[in-house]
Amino acid sequence: MHGLMSLVVGALFAAGVYLMLKREILHVLVGLTLVGNGANLAIFVASGARVAPPPLVPDGLDAPLAGHADPLPQALILTAIVIGFGVLGFALALARRSTETLGTDDLDRLPTTEGQGT
Amino acid sequence: MNTVILRTAARYLAPTLIILSLWLLWRGHNAPGGGFIGGLVAGSAVVLHAIAFGPVAARRALRGSPRAWMAIGMALALGAALLGFVFGETLLDAAWVDVPGVGPLGTPLIFDVGVFAVVVGAVSGFTLALWPEGAEPGAEEA
Amino acid sequence: MSGVDPHIWLIAPLVVPLAAAVFGLLAGRRTRRAVALTGHVLHIAAAAGLLYTVLGDGALAVRIGGWPGPFGIALVGDSLSALLVGVTAIVGAAAGLTSQLGERLPHPLKAPLMHALLLGVCGAFLTGDLFNLYVWFEVLLVASFVLLTLDRAPLSIAAGVRYVAINLVASALFLTALGLLYAKAGTLDMAHIARLVDGDTGHTLGGVAALLTVAFGIKAGIFPLFGWLPPAYPAPPPVIAALFAGLLTKVGVYALIRLYTLIFVHDPWAHDLLLWLGAATMTVGVLGAAAQVEVRRILSFHIVSQIGYIVVGVALYTPLAVGAAVFYLVHHIVVKTSLFLVGGVITDAGGSERLDRLGGLRLAWPAAALLFAIPALSLAGMPPLSGFFAKLGIIRAGIAADATWVAVLALAVGLLTLYSMLKIAHAAVLGPAPDDAPPRPVGRARLWPIAALAAVTLALGLAAGPVFEVCLAAGEALIDRTPYLEAAR
Repeated sequence: MHGLMSLVVGALFAAGVYLMLKREILHVLVGLTLVGNGANLAIFVASGARVAPPPLVPDGLDAPLAGHADPLPQALILTAIVIGFGVLGFALALARRSTETLGTDDLDRLPTTEGQGT
Repeated sequence: MNTVILRTAARYLAPTLIILSLWLLWRGHNAPGGGFIGGLVAGSAVVLHAIAFGPVAARRALRGSPRAWMAIGMALALGAALLGFVFGETLLDAAWVDVPGVGPLGTPLIFDVGVFAVVVGAVSGFTLALWPEGAEPGAEEA
Repeated sequence: MSGVDPHIWLIAPLVVPLAAAVFGLLAGRRTRRAVALTGHVLHIAAAAGLLYTVLGDGALAVRIGGWPGPFGIALVGDSLSALLVGVTAIVGAAAGLTSQLGERLPHPLKAPLMHALLLGVCGAFLTGDLFNLYVWFEVLLVASFVLLTLDRAPLSIAAGVRYVAINLVASALFLTALGLLYAKAGTLDMAHIARLVDGDTGHTLGGVAALLTVAFGIKAGIFPLFGWLPPAYPAPPPVIAALFAGLLTKVGVYALIRLYTLIFVHDPWAHDLLLWLGAATMTVGVLGAAAQVEVRRILSFHIVSQIGYIVVGVALYTPLAVGAAVFYLVHHIVVKTSLFLVGGVITDAGGSERLDRLGGLRLAWPAAALLFAIPALSLAGMPPLSGFFAKLGIIRAGIAADATWVAVLALAVGLLTLYSMLKIAHAAVLGPAPDDAPPRPVGRARLWPIAALAAVTLALGLAAGPVFEVCLAAGEALIDRTPYLEAAR
């Protein structure tokens, strides 16, 4: 399973980078999301994902079952997903405002401050 | 999407989602669940309301601005963290009180309620900010 | 301070800006200003408490939530962190004060977001856990995203899109590196990783080091990853730009310092590579600045160049060099913030960013001209201002470490810095005013915070002996590592 998941990570990164190199804002944002998901999956695979009992204390016991899964990568990924969700929400709102205000979704045609000082 | 079916369904689904979210919040105290997932479910109830009845109605149903929800949630989380400092060892340390009939309640619950409010505010804030202008289901009938 | 658990000083510089942000969001129109200013005052007090305690008693650490290491997230305050938190609180207050004094009705989100930015910066300086560092990075980034686009001007939004995109790339690289590092080390606690790396020297983390260096390098703006910086920083309003210029790249540099003094200390080639990168950053940045003709673009290229000096200091990896880098960092945060604040005053007074459209400030507004001269000369390295001692420290460390070429290069870059600063001074301050648009003073109250920062620069220069002493001790502690490792058990 690790081999397959590693390939998936690679595919997510490749697709993400391909999209990030495009000029349309939305393509870049989707690319960034794919790379972010690839990074999360990479944490999951790299930390040794396997079938194991959850790291919870069952009723009537005072310790989790032996060989339980490592809870830390899951916590890290959940945190990263939450942050990614918030940032993506902002980035989408920004992309929309940018196309409305600037009249283009082409990143190469965004104005810069250079030569703008009147 | 302004159909009778959706509106009728939303009328019953949204309150169900809210109850589910509160149950998740409560359950998160000792089992899988918690403020974040509960907040997402409650936030999706707000989004459903907005799709069925329009963003204005959703804003009204929220009772306060998304910004206020986030601010109050952060205030609760900060308060819980500081309670841990005052009654425990350090910041975010859990302080517990035994409530008869319910069991031990502690500052993590206050923190979770804060997270719940922040997530509700964030989800509904993003949705309402991204709402396409001029596509207001409620407006065309009024 | 007896009777109080000293670790309260680790928490206070984080709790105060968070509380100020929350109450600022909840406050009404009349109380907003009071909340914002109270937040800044308390933040300075908290940072002063941290600095006093750390310099007196040595490094502090606490595990948040009472969880033992490596599960609990550690907050660690050594001299480097405490110095940086202190100077962050000061420049944050200067920017906040400028915003409150200079604008009749600031945007209601502006002050809370500035506090959130300070929270993220201080959190990044204080955390002892790499994943927590990622979280603080995101806190300060989200705050900076919103601050950058708050005025909804087309240029700000265009700058915002670029800035968001490049930072998301850096964050994704950071996250990937953390995944690989966790797989290898089984912990993300910096002190634990450092011990692990010590115990097993064959256990190289080259790939992780490369990913992290690129991620932090993008944020710090080192060569060849600085391309996003010069277009982004001149776009937002002066107060926001000053806060960004003073603090944001410096968080990236701080992360590089921590990385290369705490964890990746066993591969000499890594420090060699960093030395080349620093030298290139310093040179390319100043050449860019010399070629520009707009005030804040010149200042933006200077950020890149100055970052190069700091990276060179870290790369030389001797106590003197690292100490000089710490002094440089402190000096640079203060001077860069005040230059961007005063640059905003100059361009607002003259109504243009372009040097050929500015002039006559010396006659029209001598106070502003003087307040430009102090940080400008300090940045260029004129004695007895702080920049002179900062550059002197790096150059001396270069000679002492048998890297004379770096010392010579640093000297040459210093001369070019002086040249590009004189270019602004010559055109905007001393030169004749353009006939059709003579400068007129705007918002005189905005000069007060700039004056306060200029006083800090002067004080850093006049008291360079004792301050350098503290920074040297910080450099020794960073190379020695035991104080940090002892504190963060």
